[in-house]
This record gives sequence, C-alpha cells and structure tokens, in this order.
Amino acid sequence: MNSTKPDVPKWLILSGLVLLITGMLFGLVGSFQYIFPGLFKQYLSFEKIRPLHVSSVVFWILFAATGSVLAYLQEHTKRKLFAGKASSLQLKLFVLAVVLILSSYVLGKFGGREYWEFPPPLALILAAGWILFIIQVAGSVKTLKQQPVYIWMWLTGAFGFLFTFTESYLWVFSYFNKDIVRDMTVQWKSYGSIVGSWNMLVYGVGMFLMEKISQDKSYSRSSMAFALYFLGLFNLMFNWSHHIYTLPVNPAIRHVGYLVSMTELFILGRIIYKWKSSVTAAQKNIHNLSYRFLVIADVWIFINLFLAILISIPAINVYTHGTHITVAHVMGTTIGINTMLLLAVAIDLLSDTCRSLKPYYPQIIRASWLANISLFVFLASLFVAGVERSRWQMSAQAEPFSQMMKGLAPYFIVFAIAGLMLFVSFSFIVFPLLKNTLSCFIQPRQRSIVEFKTAFDRVK
Amino acid sequence: MKQKIFVSLILLFFAYSMFIYTQSESKSNHATSDVEAGKSIWQQNNCVACHQIYGLGGFLGPDLTNVHSAKLKGPEYIKAFVRNGTGVMPAFDLSETELNQLVSFFEHIDASGKSDPKNFRRNLDGTIELN
Repeated sequence: MNSTKPDVPKWLILSGLVLLITGMLFGLVGSFQYIFPGLFKQYLSFEKIRPLHVSSVVFWILFAATGSVLAYLQEHTKRKLFAGKASSLQLKLFVLAVVLILSSYVLGKFGGREYWEFPPPLALILAAGWILFIIQVAGSVKTLKQQPVYIWMWLTGAFGFLFTFTESYLWVFSYFNKDIVRDMTVQWKSYGSIVGSWNMLVYGVGMFLMEKISQDKSYSRSSMAFALYFLGLFNLMFNWSHHIYTLPVNPAIRHVGYLVSMTELFILGRIIYKWKSSVTAAQKNIHNLSYRFLVIADVWIFINLFLAILISIPAINVYTHGTHITVAHVMGTTIGINTMLLLAVAIDLLSDTCRSLKPYYPQIIRASWLANISLFVFLASLFVAGVERSRWQMSAQAEPFSQMMKGLAPYFIVFAIAGLMLFVSFSFIVFPLLKNTLSCFIQPRQRSIVEFKTAFDRVK
Repeated sequence: MKQKIFVSLILLFFAYSMFIYTQSESKSNHATSDVEAGKSIWQQNNCVACHQIYGLGGFLGPDLTNVHSAKLKGPEYIKAFVRNGTGVMPAFDLSETELNQLVSFFEHIDASGKSDPKNFRRNLDGTIELN
C-alpha cells in the first residue's frame, strides 16, 4: 500500500472530485428552479446557477483528465515528470482560476460567453496553467517513435485544447464580434473541437487503464487503434457543424459536418461487431472496480454515439436542435462517458493512498448501480421533454412559450428527482476516495465501519 | 506514415478554419457601435443562460432571435420584460440608453435571418434547405 501523501497529479484528481460534487449540487439547485420558478431568484438566480454548474463540471473533467495523464505518463515512461514544479504551478493556477471564476458568477460578474461566462481576463490564468501542462506532457514524452496510441491522444488533446480554447476567444476581435453569424459559427466550431480535445485526454487515459488491467500491450500499438485515433481526430476537426445547421451559413458547412459525422458509423459498427468479445472480457475482469466503470462507460458510449449520429443528420437535427434532446446528449456524454471513465481512473490511482479502498467496494458497486439507473431515468426524462418541445417548435399554431413549459413540468420533476439520486450515488462513490486521502493528513490509520464489522464477525 | 496522415489532417484543418473565418453574413447588416454595446450587455448579464439565439443557449426562456420583428412583440415588449422581469426572470436595472442598445442588438440579430426550424425543407437524403 502506498503510504505517501498524494502528489500533484493526484491532487488534481482530488480537486476535480470536489468540483464534481460541487457542480452536481449546483445542477440540483438549477433543476429545482425548473420546478419552482423563481427559487432563490434574489440570490442565486438561474443565470448564476447554470454557469456555476457547467463550469464546475467542466473543471472536474479538466482537472481529473490532466491529473490522470500526468500520473499515467510517469507509469508509462517509468520516470518522474519532466518538470515537477511545472505541474505544481499548473495546479495552483487552475485552483486560482476556479476560485475567481466561481466567485465572479456568485457576484453576478459575467462578460464571457456560454460555457466560458466569466470575465475574459480570467481565461488567461487557465491558459497559463494549460501551457504548463503541455510543457510537462511534451517534455516527458520526448519522442513519438514507437509510442502507443494513447500518447498521441494525450498530445493531441493537450495542444488541441489550447488551440480551440484560444479560438473560442476570437470574438474579442472586432472582425469576429461585428458579424453575428460568423461569430456564432466560430464559437460553436471551437466548442465542438474543445470537447473533442478533452475527449482525447479522457479516452486516452481510459485506454491506458484498460491496458494496465488486461496486461495486453498489443492493442494500443495496433493499426486499428491508430485508424480509430485518426478517425477521432478527423471528427474533432470537422464534425461540429451540427450545432449550427440552422444558422444562415454557407450550405457547404452543413454538408461537410453531415458527411464527416457519418464516418462515426464505422465506430458504432465496430462496437456492435466486438460486442461478444467485450462481454467475455468484462466477465473476466468484472471483479476489478476500475474495470467495472470502464464497462459502464462503454455502454454509454454506444447509446450516446447512436444519438449523436442521429442528431447529426440535418433533417433530424431540425427537430432536435434547441430542445432538451441536445441537453440529454450533452449530459449523457459528460456523465455517462467522461465521468465514468475518469472515476475508473480515480479509483485506480487513489485506491491505495494511505488506506485501502477495498472496504468500500460494496458501497461503491451499489452506488454505481444507482447512478446508472438514475442517469437512465434522468436522460429519458430530458429526451421526452425534448420531444414535446420539438412538437411545440414545429407546430403551426404553437401555444405561448410559458404554456409549453408548464406542460413539461412532469418531466422536469422526474428529471430533478433522478438528478438528486445521481448526486447521492456519486457522493457515495466520491466520498471514500476523498476520505482515504484526507486520512493521510489526519490519522495514519483509522478503521472503517466495514472493517470493524468484518473484525467483529471474525471474533463472533 | 502516421506522421504524414497527421500533418495532412492538420493542414486540412487550418485551411478549413480559414474558410470558416472568412465566411460572412449579408454585407448590408453591419453591426454599429450600439449593436456592439448591446451585445456586451447581453453577455455581461449572461442572458444566454436562459435564452437562445438560433436555438443555441439556455432552455428556461424563449429563443430571442426574431423577438424584434415577431407579431405583438418588438422594442417596447423587450424593454418591458428587461425592466420588470417575470416570475422566473429577474428584473434588470438598465438605463434607457442601455435598453436601446440591447434593442439594437436584437434588431441586428433579427436582420441576420430566421431561427424558426419550420423554415427548413427536409430532404429524403437527410439534408435541409432554407425555404
């Protein structure tokens, strides 16, 4: 068991876990504001709660993804990081950025755009931290020769994020800001690719973990792995225009997006083709808690990819755009895929920090079941609400907006209850990870209730 | 081989990005300083948390792309909502000048196109065309 205190990569993951719980709490408040209009309007109205929720969850992904990459880089190279102090400074800059950004939201100080609503100068702190991350990754990798695919993915994600994050701020220049259609097109081009960039980091650590568990190093160096990587990169670069199909843009932009998105059918087909062998592998490794979360993420990848391909077809997108079906897709990918993969990694890396996580395994397994059932109900309620909203949007004589929203109330109630269950279940998963780390600083060894019970049963 | 594919994709990406950056909407719809000021007010109050433009944004309030020209809506309607709020939306303490700038912003968006999805013809091959 590792009795040393967490290093910087683990601190990044731990900070991310705190942000995950914080973000879900804000999300919960937001969902209740749908049911009780005007709830906390004086102090934390929806225009504050939404960015608090979204930014916290985005930062969970960024913190945990960068921390996981840095931790696994050391395992891969069997060396310490290229510049240890750079990561420490990255962590400090990230924490400073988060504190300032969340505070600015609480105080009602905005000025940015959807997803990056904070005052633009704060983006510089985040970018500075990210540049340090790039230096660390590139410096530690040294060469691309004979490297497995996840190294390519991490480098792509690291550089890709910085480029697309910078691109999302082109609006500060008058050339972009003055032209509303160009501005929105560039904004959503960058957002599409930003998500693709952090997905490269997250899927890369997921692949590394799979290799670590299976002890099979052949896949990450295979031609198929690289073919899928290049397909992913192709989609990262060109598959974003489904966000802006309804904007008055050059039709060529729509056609490119539509054609590129259809290449994802290959990935979907491969998942179906490999289904049987995936199930066999899952049965073999299911005793491994991290593997369990990887399998869960696989199932959500299949569901979300299917939905993503459907809503990338312009004739279907016209119906789903601007409805809660889009929200279901976003929530499905961030919770079902990104969060499950990052939790798999967090369990792997934090399972032996000062205390063993094993006594908590039954609790975490039960919580993961609850999380997945809740997530299914959560997404289903959003999907049905989206269908209803779509019917309203396409209706020739639509009722007023407020009337339509009142009609959606039952779905929002289900959505909020499922959100509450999600929050509870994720808390049961995250709490042991945080508690075990905290024990490094408070008490060297403290028995858990489960351990006490086991000891008691033995005596009995 | 891998490096060649990678470099080719990067070059293609930059070329496509340049194409996107140089796309422009109708030349007649220029943003004035009032429009830019209105856009800044829109951002500083994070209106996008609840409202959409071209279906992009929040879901708590209605899409505002064509609120400026919509039947029974328009400049005074926009000002009244911003000044007084609703049961859900807070009231915003904006000066008359700021309200006019916000209205200019909505007028500018309105002139750029229509956001109603019913305006699109859906083809059997999955493509769409603006009617």
